[in-house]
Amino acid sequence: MTTYPLLSIITFLPIVAALILALFLRGEDEGAARNAKWLAVVATVATFAVSCVVLAGFDPQNTAFQFVEDQPWIMGLRYKLGVDGISILFVMLTTFLMPLVILSTWEMTDRAKDYMIAFLVLEGLMIGVFVALDLVLFYLFFEAGLIPMFLIIGIWGGKDRIYAAFKFFLYTFLGSVFMLIAMIVMYRMAGTTDIPTLLGFDFPSDPFTIFGWSLAGGTQMLLFLAFFASFAVKMPMWPVHTWLPDAHVQAPTAASVLLAAVLLKMGGYGFLRFSLPMFPEASAIAQGPIFWLSAIAIVYTSLVALAQSDMKKLIAYSSVAHMGFVTLGTFAASEQGVQGAIFQMLSHGFISGALFLLVGVIYDRMHTREIDAYGGLVNRMPIYALIFLFFTMANVGLPGTSGFVGEFLTLMAAFRVNTWVAFVATSGVILSAAYALWLYRRVTLGQLVRAGLRSITEMTPRERWIFVPLIAMTILLGVYPRAVTDITGPSVAALLNDYHASLPAADAATQVAAAPADGH
Amino acid sequence: MMTSLDLYTLMPEVALSIFALVALMFGAFFGKDRVAGPVLWLSVIALLAAAVAIGWGVRADSQAFFGMFIDDAFARFAKVTILLSAAAVLAMSAAYLTRHGLMRFELPVLVVLAVIGMMVMVSAGDLLTLYMGLELQSMALYVVAAMRRESARSSEAGLKYFVLGSLSSGMLLYGASLVYGYAGTTNLAAVMQAITTDRLSVGLLFGLVFLLVGLAFKVSAVPFHMWTPDVYEGSPTPVTAFFATAPKVAAMAMIARLMWGAFGGVPGEWTQVIAVMAVLSMFLGSIAGIGQRDIKRLMAYSSIAHVGFALIGLAAGTVFGVQSTLIYMAVYAVMNVGTFAFILSMERNGRPVTAIDDLNLLARAEPLKALAMTVLLFSLTGVPPMLGFFAKFGVLKAAVDVQMGWLSVLGVIASVIGAYYYLRIVYYMYFGTQRDTPVESRMGGAQWLALMGSAAAMIIGAFTLFGTEAAAERAALSLVGENSVVIPDPVAVATAPVD
Repeated sequence: MTTYPLLSIITFLPIVAALILALFLRGEDEGAARNAKWLAVVATVATFAVSCVVLAGFDPQNTAFQFVEDQPWIMGLRYKLGVDGISILFVMLTTFLMPLVILSTWEMTDRAKDYMIAFLVLEGLMIGVFVALDLVLFYLFFEAGLIPMFLIIGIWGGKDRIYAAFKFFLYTFLGSVFMLIAMIVMYRMAGTTDIPTLLGFDFPSDPFTIFGWSLAGGTQMLLFLAFFASFAVKMPMWPVHTWLPDAHVQAPTAASVLLAAVLLKMGGYGFLRFSLPMFPEASAIAQGPIFWLSAIAIVYTSLVALAQSDMKKLIAYSSVAHMGFVTLGTFAASEQGVQGAIFQMLSHGFISGALFLLVGVIYDRMHTREIDAYGGLVNRMPIYALIFLFFTMANVGLPGTSGFVGEFLTLMAAFRVNTWVAFVATSGVILSAAYALWLYRRVTLGQLVRAGLRSITEMTPRERWIFVPLIAMTILLGVYPRAVTDITGPSVAALLNDYHASLPAADAATQVAAAPADGH
Repeated sequence: MMTSLDLYTLMPEVALSIFALVALMFGAFFGKDRVAGPVLWLSVIALLAAAVAIGWGVRADSQAFFGMFIDDAFARFAKVTILLSAAAVLAMSAAYLTRHGLMRFELPVLVVLAVIGMMVMVSAGDLLTLYMGLELQSMALYVVAAMRRESARSSEAGLKYFVLGSLSSGMLLYGASLVYGYAGTTNLAAVMQAITTDRLSVGLLFGLVFLLVGLAFKVSAVPFHMWTPDVYEGSPTPVTAFFATAPKVAAMAMIARLMWGAFGGVPGEWTQVIAVMAVLSMFLGSIAGIGQRDIKRLMAYSSIAHVGFALIGLAAGTVFGVQSTLIYMAVYAVMNVGTFAFILSMERNGRPVTAIDDLNLLARAEPLKALAMTVLLFSLTGVPPMLGFFAKFGVLKAAVDVQMGWLSVLGVIASVIGAYYYLRIVYYMYFGTQRDTPVESRMGGAQWLALMGSAAAMIIGAFTLFGTEAAAERAALSLVGENSVVIPDPVAVATAPVD
């Protein structure tokens, strides 16, 4: 095993590239823009290559954190990085998507250099979120990501970009500050911000009374709620999802891709890294409400998606619905559920990313996202129609695509815990077929009646090649899910072992309560 | 009975005083404003030299004049912060003063005098020394606020500051006399010894409250903040920049010195008061700033909110609390130096402008400066990884450590509200639409250095904190010493970890 600080390299390589762009690349002309794009591509591909080295050296059977780097930092905190089976695939997802995202913006001319800088910084911060093993370091990356995203939406966004940018920033900022307080409280209680240590720390869960209300789960519940506020907004869960459609619609294509594919996953990752293992009693208590919130999210946002006239907004609502499956699986707290949740997040990363890219392809040509402005695209763009069809099916969850595996696993897990929730959530699968197929029909099928579309051109080779890796991954994960589950399996099993081991008190209580009724 | 040792302890103050008087004579006899430039730069050098002399190495704590003047790590930390920020503000004001015809030799001299007052304030071991330092500072500041004689607003600012400042000084003096009456001494350490019970007598309590009120005026904590926006807006920008930095640090340090030095045995009597002021300041500063159109006025509300945050550290009543307040004030001073370096450079057609919407699309004309400004604004907001976040993290942790979680929760809510107006400046700089001629940003070398230096410090500081952490800890320990409140062992509160 090498001793290179590989995780630091993949975290800071994009940021260093951004610094080089900011400080040494002069000029606003075309040449400078081209250089900026090339440097961005080189940096992101290099990051991906290094992350592949990490994946190759990763031992899935070892459930401890690997590639750990540990340095003293300021204020008693530590600069500690590491990956385990849960986080490594999110790192891979990020580094895999970034070169594609950069390539998709190849034609942009409006302040291209700044655009590249923002994306490179964002990549470094996103990777940092997944590899940080110190609470405050995690918070630092988690929050810092808001800055480049705020600027991207605000500078390069659509008509209502200002409103969307402010809403995005303030909404997520408000969600996260409570998490910061909870982190400080944890620091005080456990005396450390080291995540591996905190995973084994037992936060008190004795109920106590606030203003006459007895709070089940006690301190743990308060901490859980603070983290929940942050992750639920980030995820986003119904009913705090309203920032997402605005941000998605106004953001430029590349930012939408990253928002859907990676930034939303930070919420799901947070649930898996913090909420479930650190606050098991509170998670168990909160399971019921979260299940219903997820089920509502799935059905409600699917219905809302049906009513949309803007393509990006429709896909944004579909994202919220798909994230509902993630929370469902996570809080089912079974191996199937958690594996399914991780799988669903990865798969959604590829599929929703591809869908936003597809919207971007026709938006670049027609400069509108109104569904009504299109129709019959198959006549002029057969390859586009084919790729769109593929990802529509994947979004619906057709067996054979990755979308199916995640939904199936999470629904199975939910079914074992709460049949009614699973029943409601499953109806969301049908609704998702309805809105996705209807979108597809309205955009691509039928006769080409709109005059403006007569001269629309087929995808360029560059645009086609961007989708090849995405299609490959979607099929690979669809037919061979073990590519993911083998890596996540041992870590998930260890997580759930700890989770259930710390619940004996609660389990025992329910068993005692249930015993007379069962007649044992 | 004065000894040479006493004077040795006082050496930096004495040297600076001699410098100020000589500079005054020099200016008065040799051509007045023609020598203003050299006097200004000499003052900068003098302030820097004093900072180096004080900050260099680790010295033993000492006292002078029977405990009336204390030279400890706490005073040194505050003095270095004050001296450096004053030097930076003076240096970056030079270009502005020359261009806008305000270059008078009195300004640097008055600033140096004010700085001497501040140094005496933070070193005060006696209520009288404290008052003397405070008045020396205030007198100099009243004059510089009204420095632009022909401007009605500047005169108004000076007058307003004078009237309200005198009122607060009067309250402080009244509080001091009450303390003297009931404790029988004006020496802080002796007052501490005179308080033998764990509750204050009514007379002392009144004295304490009046002292706090007087000091709250000086740090512009709510509800004693009313003068701040008007004075900030009306004063010439270099003066505003000065107001926002050194005097705030000095007054905050003085609160800490007074509370811990004289009432350190009964922190329960004053931490609640400070906590309430902290909450009010944070919320008023964050909410009232939203509607502002003038960036100087905005910075006034911003400073009110930041003072609220810094007070959280004092409200915690622990060593770590004092340490985090000191770090907060140091970071705050750096952020304000950078921000004002930029505000000083804003002009259109040769006239200074301060409206926020003048910044429209600055990022197109001046990408690097806009970027530096953005970093500073996000740091003021408290978004990681900027240094402003770690400053906030420190005070929030101090509050949580003593079971004042409610204070932290209110603090972060206020910071989210305040985020809006900092983002609004970013919005103008980056997202605006072309309306009229964009603002020009003409910078002298010192301004450029101050802006870029402080912006870079906001990022690099996240890795190291530049050693202020250890220095602030030494400072806090020297102030609080063994009087510190014993924090219950956190592990005993929580259940023991499973192994």
